[in-house]
Amino acid sequence: MKRLLSGNEAVARGAYEAGIKLAAAYPGTPSTEILETLAEEYRSVYSEWSPNEKVAFEVGIGSSLGGARTLVAMKHVGLNVAADPFMTFAYTGVRGGFVLVSADDPEMHSSQNEQDNRYYARFAQIPFLDPSDSQEAKDFVRRGCEISELFDTPVMLHMTTRISHSKSLVEENDPVTPPELPFAHEMEKFVMIPANARKRHVVVTERMEKLRKFAEETDLNVLEENGSDVGIITGGISYQYAKESMPNADYLKLGLGFPLPLEKIRRFVESHKTTIVVEELEPFYEEAINAAGLKVEGKEYFSRLGELSPYLVSKGLYEAGLAEQAKGADFEAESLFPRPPILCPGCPHRGAFMALKKLKVPVTGDIGCYTLAVLPPLHVMDSCICMGASIGNAIGLEKVDKSHKGVVAVIGDSTFLHSGITGLLDAVYNKSNVTVMILDNRVTAMTGGQQHPATGFTLMGEPTRQVDFVELCKALGVEEDHIRQVDPYDYQGTIDAVKEQMEKAGPSVLITTRACVLMPKRIIDRAYKVDLDLCNGCSACFRIGCPAILPSKEMTRRNRPKAVIDPTLCTGCTLCAQVCQPEAIIPVEEPSTVAK
Amino acid sequence: MNNKTSSNILIVGVGGQGVLLASEILSDVAMRAGFDVKKSEVHGMSQRGGVVSSHVKYGPKVFSPIIPYGQADILISFEQAEALRALDWVKKGGLVATSRTRLVPPIATGGQFTYPDDPVTEIRKKIKNVVALDADKIALELGNIRLVNTLLLGAISSGLQFDNAAWEQSLKARVKAKFVDLNLKAFARGQNAAAEAVAS
Repeated sequence: MKRLLSGNEAVARGAYEAGIKLAAAYPGTPSTEILETLAEEYRSVYSEWSPNEKVAFEVGIGSSLGGARTLVAMKHVGLNVAADPFMTFAYTGVRGGFVLVSADDPEMHSSQNEQDNRYYARFAQIPFLDPSDSQEAKDFVRRGCEISELFDTPVMLHMTTRISHSKSLVEENDPVTPPELPFAHEMEKFVMIPANARKRHVVVTERMEKLRKFAEETDLNVLEENGSDVGIITGGISYQYAKESMPNADYLKLGLGFPLPLEKIRRFVESHKTTIVVEELEPFYEEAINAAGLKVEGKEYFSRLGELSPYLVSKGLYEAGLAEQAKGADFEAESLFPRPPILCPGCPHRGAFMALKKLKVPVTGDIGCYTLAVLPPLHVMDSCICMGASIGNAIGLEKVDKSHKGVVAVIGDSTFLHSGITGLLDAVYNKSNVTVMILDNRVTAMTGGQQHPATGFTLMGEPTRQVDFVELCKALGVEEDHIRQVDPYDYQGTIDAVKEQMEKAGPSVLITTRACVLMPKRIIDRAYKVDLDLCNGCSACFRIGCPAILPSKEMTRRNRPKAVIDPTLCTGCTLCAQVCQPEAIIPVEEPSTVAK
Repeated sequence: MNNKTSSNILIVGVGGQGVLLASEILSDVAMRAGFDVKKSEVHGMSQRGGVVSSHVKYGPKVFSPIIPYGQADILISFEQAEALRALDWVKKGGLVATSRTRLVPPIATGGQFTYPDDPVTEIRKKIKNVVALDADKIALELGNIRLVNTLLLGAISSGLQFDNAAWEQSLKARVKAKFVDLNLKAFARGQNAAAEAVAS
């Protein structure tokens, strides 16, 4: 029987079927489940969480050098981190087949930008494959390995959120046994000193010629002829949307998105009255086709912003005069209250940001759950650019901004290990007065609770050595008495600790010590409740942004709602009780002893 | 029994409510009945109290994994205001099953935004076929909050063509063995609630 698999689960299955021996990644939405599935279901593949994407990519290169079929996976912006090895690996080529999964996030469901990574493939002059459902996501891993070995090139598998996180039926195959290629010294190929690299650049351009010929012939690019005078060139999820709108148009579905089969496209364009390109984000195909002197339409009708959808594609085809009607309708303006994601009840980050809000200091932010503190009611954070940027941002800001006594950089444990270490090294080296707050919740939380070098376990579940953040900061040169730990559930204690650290000359570090309340296991303490006789409706507890605290139906004399706590959501962190002036928030089991 | 050969089912809720199990069971039933099935959801913010949705589509052949606006045959909601928010996804003559659970986010406690007084009444103004249950309460009575998934599936089961034996098979495939009986009970409770809603 076929299985219903997400695109990511299908890629993991594909890796297993292709005989991939090693997979490396750093978690990042929407790519995370690829490695999680490998570690859970396909234990014969060695898989690891690397500290960041650059290291994952380099581990992958080593594996390919050793002759093994290899997969590395990352979200689109992860490839920015890994761009350095990526660009030069395109020169060296491979030994064992190498597939890079780039999971792009059009619409920025969980990302800081929506860059179109198809340009990276063209930039590095390597081929990319563009699956349109889970079956292709699985099959294209093996095809990618074969192309990689045949043409001596890394191959990119271009996923998007809708492909990664949609499930569709997949026919599974038995795993293949890839060719044996033991390690050999190939210095001219893999040691990229200028003399060798110049020769390899020649190989890259020759390889592109061969790939262009291959693109014309491969069955990855599918011609669907239905006798229509409308031709649609598309790939990825856009193919599905277009098919839903115009099932009987003619299609050229690009499974190999770079290099393009320009001769095939020329024949397709010439044999249709109108040819239109349907693609998400940038006009990657359209521009290349137009540059070849062929007239096609595209981005005039489909936005460059965000995700496409069945409706947007249908509407675009209608406006282009090709479809008879636009199926569906525009979304109406939201009349209800918004429901943005927020820090969970009991989240240890809440105490840290309550303190920073109280102190009104500049706070440079980073990537993780704690970025949610920027939203009201906490509303604390002055920058968030990319993984690890908080520390560099803080150093620069502190050097030029003398209106404040200092700047606080907030960064999570996993993010600090990913790319915050070098930032702190800079703070020490260049004598910056920043305070770095490492929000150590002992897990990679935002992506769903993955291990990292300070959790004590590998992806495959083996116990391992754990980074000690205090020792690490000392080793980077932070003075011992400039490093402090604090319990973020202690509101006043956290305020005092931040103040104390900011007053110290030179870089200081403040490490919070509470684990994530959800992962790896749910932490619940005695819940709290509101004594409605004591609550004066001051709303201080509402302003900490806890989902467990709700307005009750009971109003004060000034007609302000009193608070009530949902006992099923409250974890007993006590932060609300600490800001409650009338002391109306009390543990559930204890009867109120305050005289009325 | 409905004999339609394709259906679009939208499932919505709030991050942390565990809405994905219902869509897994639903997809499994459709798959076992021989249909092409696609399902789509967005992860990442799923545990952080934001809006969560899962689209399930089945039929002889499914292209897009996303349901177009206004094309859902059935809406399942784990939270009553979220049912109201998603209402315009539902086709004319569609079916809505919602939990009466009320989750007021901090943003709606400040005065700028307010949580509607009675979302279910608002929903009934627009859609005829509505089943509203105290799903959290019933699930907790039965013994586990996660049973909301099967309760709500029971409540919409009359809108789909699968018989109880098919649902039972998928429940057994998707739920841990020790929870199967409880889930079957919850499913039946959902079916009864829906029958009562129609009768009243």
